[in-house]
Amino acid sequence: MIRGKPDEDDYWNSSKFKAFTFDDEDDDFTRLKESKRAVNSIRSLVEEEDEEDDVEKVSWSGEPVGSISWSVKETESSIRSTGEVRDQSFPKIHTAPSLPKNSSGYSLSSLFKGKAKTGSFQSFSESFGDPSIRNYAPELRKPKSEYKDYVSDWTPEETVKRMQQGKVYSLEKFHSLQDKLLLLDEAVNAHDGNVITAVLIYLKKSLSKEILFRELITREIALRHYIHYLKEIGEQKLLVELFKSLDRTEDMALMQYRDHLNIRDENKRRDFLKNCLSLPFSPDDATHVQDHYTLLERQIIIEANDKQVESSGQADIFKKYPRKASILNMPIITTLYYSCFYHYGESDGTFSSPANIRKTFRISDKQFLLTCLGARAKLKAWFDVDALFTTKNWLGYTKKRSPIGFHRIVDILQKNNAPVQVLQDYVNLVEDAEQKISLAQKYKCHDVIINTYRDLKDRQQLIVYRGKVERGSSEYRKIEEILSNSQIRWKN
Amino acid sequence: MSAHLSYGRVNLNILREAARKELREFLDKCGGSKAIVWDEYLTGPFGLIAQYSLLKEHEVEKMFTLKGGRLPAADVKNIIFFVRPRLELMDIIAENVISEDKMHSPRDFHMLFVPRRSMLCEQRLKEQGVLGSFINIDEYILDLIPYDGDLLSMESEGAFRECYLESDQTSLYHTAKGLMTLQALYGTIPQIFGKGECARHVANMMLRMKREFAGSQTQILPVFDSLLLLDRNVDLLTPLATQLTYEGLIDEVYGITNGYVKLPPEKFSAQKKQGEAGKDLPTEPKKMQLNSAEELYAEIRDKNFNGVGAALSKKAKIISAAFEERHSAKTVGEIKQFVSQLPHMQAARSSLANHTSIAELIKDITIRRLLVLCNRGKWIFSLSDTASEAFFDNLTVEQEFMTGVDTDKVNTYIEDCIAQKDPLIKILRLVCMQSVCNNGLKQKLLDYYKREILQTYGYEHMLTLNNLEKTGLLKPQTGTRNNYPTIRKTLKLWMEDANEQNPNDISYVYSGYAPLSIRLTQVLARPGWRSIEEVLKMLPGPHFEERQQLPAGLHKKRQQGENRTTLVFFLGGVTYAEIAALRFLSQMEDGGTEYIIATTKLINGTSWIKSLMDRPEAQAS
Repeated sequence: MIRGKPDEDDYWNSSKFKAFTFDDEDDDFTRLKESKRAVNSIRSLVEEEDEEDDVEKVSWSGEPVGSISWSVKETESSIRSTGEVRDQSFPKIHTAPSLPKNSSGYSLSSLFKGKAKTGSFQSFSESFGDPSIRNYAPELRKPKSEYKDYVSDWTPEETVKRMQQGKVYSLEKFHSLQDKLLLLDEAVNAHDGNVITAVLIYLKKSLSKEILFRELITREIALRHYIHYLKEIGEQKLLVELFKSLDRTEDMALMQYRDHLNIRDENKRRDFLKNCLSLPFSPDDATHVQDHYTLLERQIIIEANDKQVESSGQADIFKKYPRKASILNMPIITTLYYSCFYHYGESDGTFSSPANIRKTFRISDKQFLLTCLGARAKLKAWFDVDALFTTKNWLGYTKKRSPIGFHRIVDILQKNNAPVQVLQDYVNLVEDAEQKISLAQKYKCHDVIINTYRDLKDRQQLIVYRGKVERGSSEYRKIEEILSNSQIRWKN
Repeated sequence: MSAHLSYGRVNLNILREAARKELREFLDKCGGSKAIVWDEYLTGPFGLIAQYSLLKEHEVEKMFTLKGGRLPAADVKNIIFFVRPRLELMDIIAENVISEDKMHSPRDFHMLFVPRRSMLCEQRLKEQGVLGSFINIDEYILDLIPYDGDLLSMESEGAFRECYLESDQTSLYHTAKGLMTLQALYGTIPQIFGKGECARHVANMMLRMKREFAGSQTQILPVFDSLLLLDRNVDLLTPLATQLTYEGLIDEVYGITNGYVKLPPEKFSAQKKQGEAGKDLPTEPKKMQLNSAEELYAEIRDKNFNGVGAALSKKAKIISAAFEERHSAKTVGEIKQFVSQLPHMQAARSSLANHTSIAELIKDITIRRLLVLCNRGKWIFSLSDTASEAFFDNLTVEQEFMTGVDTDKVNTYIEDCIAQKDPLIKILRLVCMQSVCNNGLKQKLLDYYKREILQTYGYEHMLTLNNLEKTGLLKPQTGTRNNYPTIRKTLKLWMEDANEQNPNDISYVYSGYAPLSIRLTQVLARPGWRSIEEVLKMLPGPHFEERQQLPAGLHKKRQQGENRTTLVFFLGGVTYAEIAALRFLSQMEDGGTEYIIATTKLINGTSWIKSLMDRPEAQAS
């Protein structure tokens, strides 16, 4: 529990913050048990009866028997099994590339998900059939000449409408730049992405890119569809040129950077990131990309080194705690944790040392402390933990300081099974007395509790606490001793 | 199967029937026995329209999922592909067609594009040299799918991303088309209200389409009195908050897709008959359909989760009592009557059992923790194992933000969550919420969060952060002053005394927060938007009102005290909690308006943020 709030209950019951009240006694959910009991008692009765089938049948996977997805599975499995018996040579069905399920089936973006084919979409002038018979593909093979007469004179508006309706149309008759732009504007007016894109593909083919880019600048919607189209078919180069001519260099940079995700090999990925450094990112993003590159570069070095050390069996730490996964492509904080785990105490000069990583990647004090603490506590290196908080002042006195509340430090230590002796040192450092006591009670740090009550001169509480500890134990004796101390001026 | 669609104010079964009719007509075009090859994604949405039995009646003998390679053997005359218009699917189909053994099995190929045919896909088939093999290429227009008695969805997951990030308005075009279909079936909607850029756009397209079809006016008495189009980006806050209704929480925790939820099987195994028990413990998730066809579910779905326990126990008592009646049944007639009611009672009992189990599952999780830290061989520090109050802490922070507490400072809870490496989406939800509630974050604060996120989860997430900034979910504070408090106060977005058990205001769905989108809807009905002009100006996009001329004689004469019917269309998604709030308004005695809800997609904060991420699958756990 990170946000230890001793006044938790008040907090939740106050009117300002509402949440569920799951008080055990009178809560709603004890009633769940009731309804469960009721269900169970009814069951015995029901099972005596013959279950009638007016109730909809549901297969175990929950699909109503007879639903489409259920039936697909059913007929498929029966086919597959019987097919194999009947015909031994029945070819195994290849596992298809898994179909993307996430995007909508409705729009532009879904139209182009696929490998780009060079030279695709040559012409849309070929018809897909006349309205009445358009559903019959053999019509497609009709010679072009048959359409010629009535293809010629459609206005941009008519053409767009025909495209929307899936009728025969021709774009090639739009020769002049002006005609082409009229057609484009008409398509944009119709808001049908399918049509806009079809027109854009025609323009892309029939206009020089300089002219097309120039015209698109003043046509925002068409431009967005064009960008999207180029993205989907993977025309990276053209896209870069387009962004440049639009002066949208940051978009261009991000888009190029994005490609690193597709590179599996770490060395190639690093080299790719290095090339990205010169791209015109916004100042913030430029820093992040630089860090990304530096990080991967280091991870490659550390990984190679540690792999070798681990397999040679030279270092105890790797023998005792074999590495579970490679450090490549892990986030920086994870890398720092790794470094604090396997490379603690190395000199600042080495790439793998925590101090060097902290400095290079400008890790905040809090993050550094938390990460370091997590790693050292995991290794039960309590001495290192201690050192993390110890500062010396100019007189040579040592003092423990932390950028994070000590109650949180206690939680972290406890989760790593720190012994009570270690825990109580930190519980003692919690400033708020109430919080200190509640933590001490939670983790059974008797000394802390007893001392705190003594310091608060709270005799009553001390007497109560005496009742909780084992009679005759050292804690018990300590309480007895304090209670009989006549020097203390009890407040109660 | 579909009776629940016709119980509502508007009989949505008409829409379903229209869709079914079209499907039958298509199937009959391909004479003889058939096998359907499914784009797997479509089986979900189609399940809302038709059962296998309908297909069977039209000689569909086999069904397969679309896969590369050779098609399975099936002794049928026709092979029909049911697919979305996507290029990569075309490549798979081409593979199927090419490897078909023409000597052995001369089968006819047909293609049905859903929801639209695409010239580009056909072009792709042509390049692959298989277009000519298709006897029949058609489209099946499935824009608005009836989801429940008062709910229509386009099931278009990418709509928000497309509209607000990629500026691709195709889904708006389909929305307008869908609304035209709806008007063809239910009459012209006389009044159109809207707020937001996309809403304006859709309204313009509708008006234009109406002009184009001016000749073919439908002579149907209008069922809807008005249409309200709302942009999701007018209210970015609501989906970020954790939904606290029963259905909303099921969605938050397990995710509802196409009306189905998959649940861990353990709690349900006891329901199997004893003879079967022990044979094989189910390891597959238990799949359940959730809609108002189930009486109990219809009763409890929209309740605040705090009221669900009471409702279930009340139901348990009623059912127990009904079963007890068998003892008092003495005469043959009485016994007969008891027996005749048994099937219904058994269904009620199993429904009660299921929901008791689900409520327990949810209770366990909300009490323990909403999100589990996973540790798949990765380096994660073990800071958080027993954070039993995580769910509450999360809610507290959300509520602090929504009430405007310390939204301009680093939030220590968010900091802690990052330090614990909680799931990135959870962090993004909270940071976005803080930004929205503060009308943007101070540059320094924004930079701080961004750095923490990139350092902890990986630098590649700068792409996702950029997307969030482009959609306005995350933004630096500009010179203008934070207007969220004004919006909150004017629209009463925060109600101190939300009553979860017996609600008197929509704010019960988020235990205090009244969804902004629904407040706008509520105010529009009464007293009208003129009363909140100032606030409307603070929210993005124009607001407008349009009237559509009705053919003479079709003007509705409203009876005294008859409610108005309003269709609310959420462009970019709607949450279950928002739907619950609208249903609550419909049921208010003096409400005066009943609502039908339509949307591009049912969303929650997690699925929404995920749709805006670049490479969500590559995210750090």
